[in-house]
Amino acid sequence: MNQQQHAPVPPDTGGPVHDPVRAERLAARLRAALGPGKVLSDPAQLRTYECDGLAVYRVRPAVAVLAGERDDVVRTVRICAEEGVPFVARGSGTGLSGGAVPVADGVLIVLSRLRRILDVDPDNARVRVEPGVINLWVTRDAAPHGQAYAPDPSSQQVCSIGGNVAENAGGAHCLKYGFTVNHVTGAEVVLPDGDVVHLGGTAPEHPGLDLLGAFVGSEGTLGVTTEVTVRTIQAPETVRTMLVGFHTVEDAAGTVSDIIAAGILPAAIEMMDALAVEAAEAAVQCGYPEGARAVLVVELDGPRVEVDALFTQVEEIAGRRHAFEIRIAADDAERALMWRGRKSAFAAVGRISPAYYVQDGVIPRTRLPDVLTEMGRLADEAGVRVANVFHAGDGNLHPLILFDDKQPGAAEAAEELGMAILDLCVDAGGSITGEHGVGLEKKGKMTRQFSADDLDTMQLVRCAFDPAGLANPGKQFPTPRLCGERPGVRTAADTHDPALGEVF
Amino acid sequence: MTFAGVEPKETVSPATAGEVAALLRDTSGSVVPMGSGTKTGWAAPPASCDVLLRTGGLDRVTEHEPGDLVVVAEAGVRLGELQRRLAPYGQQLALDPPEPDATLGGIVGANASGPRRLRYGTVRDLLIGVTVVLADGTVAKAGGKVVKNVAGYDLGKLYTGAHGALGVVVSTSWRLHALPAARTAVVAPVESAAEAGQLASRIARSTLTPTAVELRWSEGHGELVVLFESIEASVTAQSQAAITRLGRGVCADDVPEWFGRRPGGDGDLVLRLAYEPFALPRVLDALPAPAVTTASACTGVAYAAVPAGTDLAALRAALAPYDGSAVVLRAPGALRAEDHWGPVPDSFGLMKRVKDQFDPRGRLSPGRLLGGL
Repeated sequence: MNQQQHAPVPPDTGGPVHDPVRAERLAARLRAALGPGKVLSDPAQLRTYECDGLAVYRVRPAVAVLAGERDDVVRTVRICAEEGVPFVARGSGTGLSGGAVPVADGVLIVLSRLRRILDVDPDNARVRVEPGVINLWVTRDAAPHGQAYAPDPSSQQVCSIGGNVAENAGGAHCLKYGFTVNHVTGAEVVLPDGDVVHLGGTAPEHPGLDLLGAFVGSEGTLGVTTEVTVRTIQAPETVRTMLVGFHTVEDAAGTVSDIIAAGILPAAIEMMDALAVEAAEAAVQCGYPEGARAVLVVELDGPRVEVDALFTQVEEIAGRRHAFEIRIAADDAERALMWRGRKSAFAAVGRISPAYYVQDGVIPRTRLPDVLTEMGRLADEAGVRVANVFHAGDGNLHPLILFDDKQPGAAEAAEELGMAILDLCVDAGGSITGEHGVGLEKKGKMTRQFSADDLDTMQLVRCAFDPAGLANPGKQFPTPRLCGERPGVRTAADTHDPALGEVF
Repeated sequence: MTFAGVEPKETVSPATAGEVAALLRDTSGSVVPMGSGTKTGWAAPPASCDVLLRTGGLDRVTEHEPGDLVVVAEAGVRLGELQRRLAPYGQQLALDPPEPDATLGGIVGANASGPRRLRYGTVRDLLIGVTVVLADGTVAKAGGKVVKNVAGYDLGKLYTGAHGALGVVVSTSWRLHALPAARTAVVAPVESAAEAGQLASRIARSTLTPTAVELRWSEGHGELVVLFESIEASVTAQSQAAITRLGRGVCADDVPEWFGRRPGGDGDLVLRLAYEPFALPRVLDALPAPAVTTASACTGVAYAAVPAGTDLAALRAALAPYDGSAVVLRAPGALRAEDHWGPVPDSFGLMKRVKDQFDPRGRLSPGRLLGGL
């Protein structure tokens, strides 16, 4: 577990006992429907699928289905619906909030073999893919046509489009280009009762309710997508990137504010503090300015004449905020190195700490300096080191909480600090998650951000899509009321959390 | 006054979200929300309207932190008024539907957009938080007031274009953009539908970054406007590059009078068309000859004024291969919901279940939506 990102504290559970007889019966039925070789029920084989990118939550499913075609998903969901068995869809398993953690005694539907790019249509700027297709492959296939897929989560070399849809994935460039939801025009969805519906399509809009908008970001709780149509953008004429070193975090934050106030919308503004820079240097030797208390990576893209003028303006703004080093990428290789430091920051922290825990909170951009000060105070109080990496342009914080998992109580202290930071974000008018999702990890914090009425209203959507509560139960929301139950009568609060079973 | 030809039994103008909640909690009849009433024809007429709920009293801009580029405003705030308040800060809500005096709530309910959707997107791309009052009087919010937020279901998307049928929108929060410093329009003649497609494609497949590309089309020819809004140096260089790429056109300081307006007058049937962007020439050809059309030429959305007797079923069938749809925005006479919206998709059963969950007694904007929901 060392040098691996994870949440420190295993959830407390007295989960249900694994029922091998029931699991084998279910596996047999699935094998009969799908054919052999796609259904795993051997506990040793299932171990691979016990967790996602948030490795501390581990649950062994009764069965894993390795879907080889769309109809495997449809058949599996239908069988689950008939048997009343919960199911969880999984793409590449890179999620950081435990959204793809299996349900004990449930079925895990693995979509990573559904990885065909079905259609590349540059004239309409659309690409149609199966859900297991890797994010970066879309840009790879669009690039010969001068196009690109804009959402670029740091895990884009391994994460899947289906997972991106479930989590409404963001990335460094969503400041300018938006999130997954702004780039998905259509999806084929297997509903939790096994019916197949098509939400949206290739046209930019459709008559009727925007169910696609509700589905994207629903963390697998409304159904399983088997096909996704995304919009591509024209690759910009030019991209220019600068790396700026500051002696204080306040100057870096002030530069971000000044850039925005000047009416400039960069493709990305990323910020790293001294500890994050130290870690990135140790890991990938990205040549970040020595002695910087904070570093900004600012990228502008667009027509050359516009980018050149605004780039100069950004340099001047940074200079006025006492930047001590401004380095401009001379070519693609230098730009890649600047980004390498940033995109590897999470993993790099493993170099300077035995274990760490990533948080994901959002604050209004103007609150950045005081929230950082308060975070520092909380960290000092707890005696815990925190490295900070942010998508500073949109106020999305990724504090990396460092701890030694050999020290008794250190993990608990780290998690406690993480949760206190989320409280800070909500109190500042922000959110408990900007892009990693709520998943298992933060569902308990939803009541901090939303009222019971807000959450009950979201649950109406769940009840329309999944009245039996079989799709990824126990994620994203704290113990929702049952469909058909009257609001305010929360009997479900007393029942066992279905998301958690065996925890290792 | 009547609402889409239906006489309300009562008209109320609450001044606060609390009053809206009390109204819905304490009554049981049908309720139809309305802002300025500029788009009442955009959905089917309500099956009944016991109470017409005018949102004009909800007229407060409640928060605007310029450094965050976010504004929170009540549903009855008029878009024009909001823009006037944002302009001194060099900011705008980047939505430009042309209906004068349209309110934010009405724009959300009707999912209204304008030419600049090419650059900035539509309501679903800019609305970051929403508060609604549900059919039983519950006040519920979704989203928030930060631009990046994936906590919970994004109900703002669901309320957008729902014409108040899931809940009465009382407050909205929005992502803002900077007002551009300069603008230049390139205006070019277009001689055939095929040529319209080629010219639009030349811009769409370039590295130019126009905020809008609009086509005015009637009687087999038209005019294309490519609008650049950025810093001076950029709009100058880009407009010259556009003229070169198009092989025609002249620069203008301002857009023609038709730009951004919906076509048509009294007695016309006005439609909102959506289709795969590249199908533009085939869509133009599918429209009946006397049609007057304004198309967002690179996005796959157009507004067309067609003769009152136009065969909508045939037109919809002609658009179907391009994932196309045609929704009525204005009709000279009464239409059935089916004629208004067109055929229902395979997700209609799910839409009905959503409506039934939010409004089990069917009291909010009854019959207004696709399929008579």
